[in-house]
Amino acid sequence: MDTQFAIQAGGLKKVYGSGNTEVIAMKHASMDVAQGQVVALLGPSGSGKSTFLTAVGLINPPTSGQIKINGRLVLDGEKALVDLKKFRRKYLGFVFQKSNLIPFLSALENVQIALEINGHSSNDAQKNALTLLNELGMEDRADNLPSMLSGGQQQRVAIARALANKPAVILADEPTAALDSHLGRKVMELFRDLAHTHGTGVIVVTHDQRSLDVFDKIYEMEDGVINLRDY
Amino acid sequence: MNLAVKDIRHNLGRFILTSVGIGMLLMVVMGMSGIYRGIIEDATLLIDNIGGDIWIVQHNTRGPFAELSRVPQNLSYRALAIPGVVTARNFVHHTIQRRNKGQRLRMTVVGLDWPVDNGKWLPLTSGRVLHQNHYEMIADKSLGLHLGEKIQLGKNKYTVVGMTSSMISSGGDGIAFFTVQDALQIKLDTPGEAVRLERVSRSIRVAESELGLKQPNLIEFSSQESSQVPALASPQVSAVILKLAPGANLEKAINIITGWEDVSVYTSEAERQFLLKGSVEKARQQIGLFRILLTIISAIIMALILYTLTLDKLHSIALLKLIGASNWVILKLILQQALILGFTGYCIAYALGQKIFPNFPRRVIISTDDLLQLAFIVLAISIISSFLGIWKALQVNPNEALN
Repeated sequence: MDTQFAIQAGGLKKVYGSGNTEVIAMKHASMDVAQGQVVALLGPSGSGKSTFLTAVGLINPPTSGQIKINGRLVLDGEKALVDLKKFRRKYLGFVFQKSNLIPFLSALENVQIALEINGHSSNDAQKNALTLLNELGMEDRADNLPSMLSGGQQQRVAIARALANKPAVILADEPTAALDSHLGRKVMELFRDLAHTHGTGVIVVTHDQRSLDVFDKIYEMEDGVINLRDY
Repeated sequence: MNLAVKDIRHNLGRFILTSVGIGMLLMVVMGMSGIYRGIIEDATLLIDNIGGDIWIVQHNTRGPFAELSRVPQNLSYRALAIPGVVTARNFVHHTIQRRNKGQRLRMTVVGLDWPVDNGKWLPLTSGRVLHQNHYEMIADKSLGLHLGEKIQLGKNKYTVVGMTSSMISSGGDGIAFFTVQDALQIKLDTPGEAVRLERVSRSIRVAESELGLKQPNLIEFSSQESSQVPALASPQVSAVILKLAPGANLEKAINIITGWEDVSVYTSEAERQFLLKGSVEKARQQIGLFRILLTIISAIIMALILYTLTLDKLHSIALLKLIGASNWVILKLILQQALILGFTGYCIAYALGQKIFPNFPRRVIISTDDLLQLAFIVLAISIISSFLGIWKALQVNPNEALN
């Protein structure tokens, strides 16, 4: 059933330019991620991973193909069937290669702002943000600015922010690239545990081959095409 | 959560420096209107305080505040005969530049018709009014003189017996008050040799005239002091100021004087307007234009500062957009920072102005109306100057947060 899938991307194609300047960034990319499932997307640089992520992230619509989130068709080619900004706010969470926290907000406020943007009252948002930071073992660092946190701690705060609005899908673009292998693995495990606990679908774009055992499914992308890797 | 305040707190040092810069710029704008108010206040203080209802001045002139005016001293006796006139005071007004203790001393000399007018209407800050017809003066503190000080003007020494504050002429010079006689003496001070030469010249003129030939004793008589020679008029004053009794008919008094063909007559308000429309008007226009320029410059500088502050936050703005922030959240962030910057700059401008303006050579008067007007201008500048930053922020693609 559709509703069991956090995200379904079918036959995504992305073409930039036209005629002689035409560049096909993504040829045929399909992926289904069930609720509570953690999948990895591997592939060399320039294979189209980021294009795929921005497409399913509703930031950069595909030229053709369909995207369903929580069973609802939101993009049919370039045509948006919902208010993308609102939908993104409600159903999607992002984690980046760098922690990408807002530098002038504390750890707590970085999580809180995501909730406030989604309509939570300030008090309610603060309470929920603190709960999330607790869950990620960051409660004692809640008042610290990002510059006072280590790379791993920053990434935990970024994950807390991504989870804040209980999204259907979390999209993570090389979230462990700036971390050492030990921390990197811990972050991947964190994704898995949170996905299983919260029922969130997680797509992690990664180059890190050492933590692949953490994922429920592994996809590989090459020349704009996604394939499911067999174990 | 107020993102604008959070960002400012994070970059507090930069914000303070920027606010001080904006504040100093606004202080100059504030000072400009204050200088204008000061010029008006200084120029009209004398007319407003001297307590006259009617000014009689030289025929076809607009009075001593607009141009040179000379009327005979005995005009005041004629004016006293007009029904309703309580006092008629001779008034002398001229500017001199002398040296005192090796320093340049420039002052506007105002003659008071002692004993009718001993200066009791002056806002004395210390000392007393004029007690005698000669050798006393009341000086404004801007002249740098002090109570009891004696200064040499011409052949005579004058003692400062009273001090005033803020009694400045339209030209910006401090005013010193003397009796009419002393004021004329200062104005017409002639060296002894020049007096002797004039007397000899006068005797020769009489001797060569038919009158001198018929009455030789007139030759000796004509070489006496000028005041002893009835044919010579006494020195002229600048104007005669009339004060009417309560309920007296001003229009009727003016109509009577208008019939005199040797003088012109104006009300105090008309004399005030001559002053304002004359020397002060150009200063007003000049300061007004300068103020407009400064306001535009402030707006441009604020716009550039806000634009730069926005550029520094582009990544955070992209991130906010990526997590679903509406344009209103972004717009609010920039607009609030612009308003906070404008408000802080305005407060700094006011605080600095209060400390600095009193040290200016001319009075800077900050009126509530001007403060409110500037507050409104700052509000408008803050909003308008934030447009560039807002425009830039709205162009940001959430995609940029991924880079």
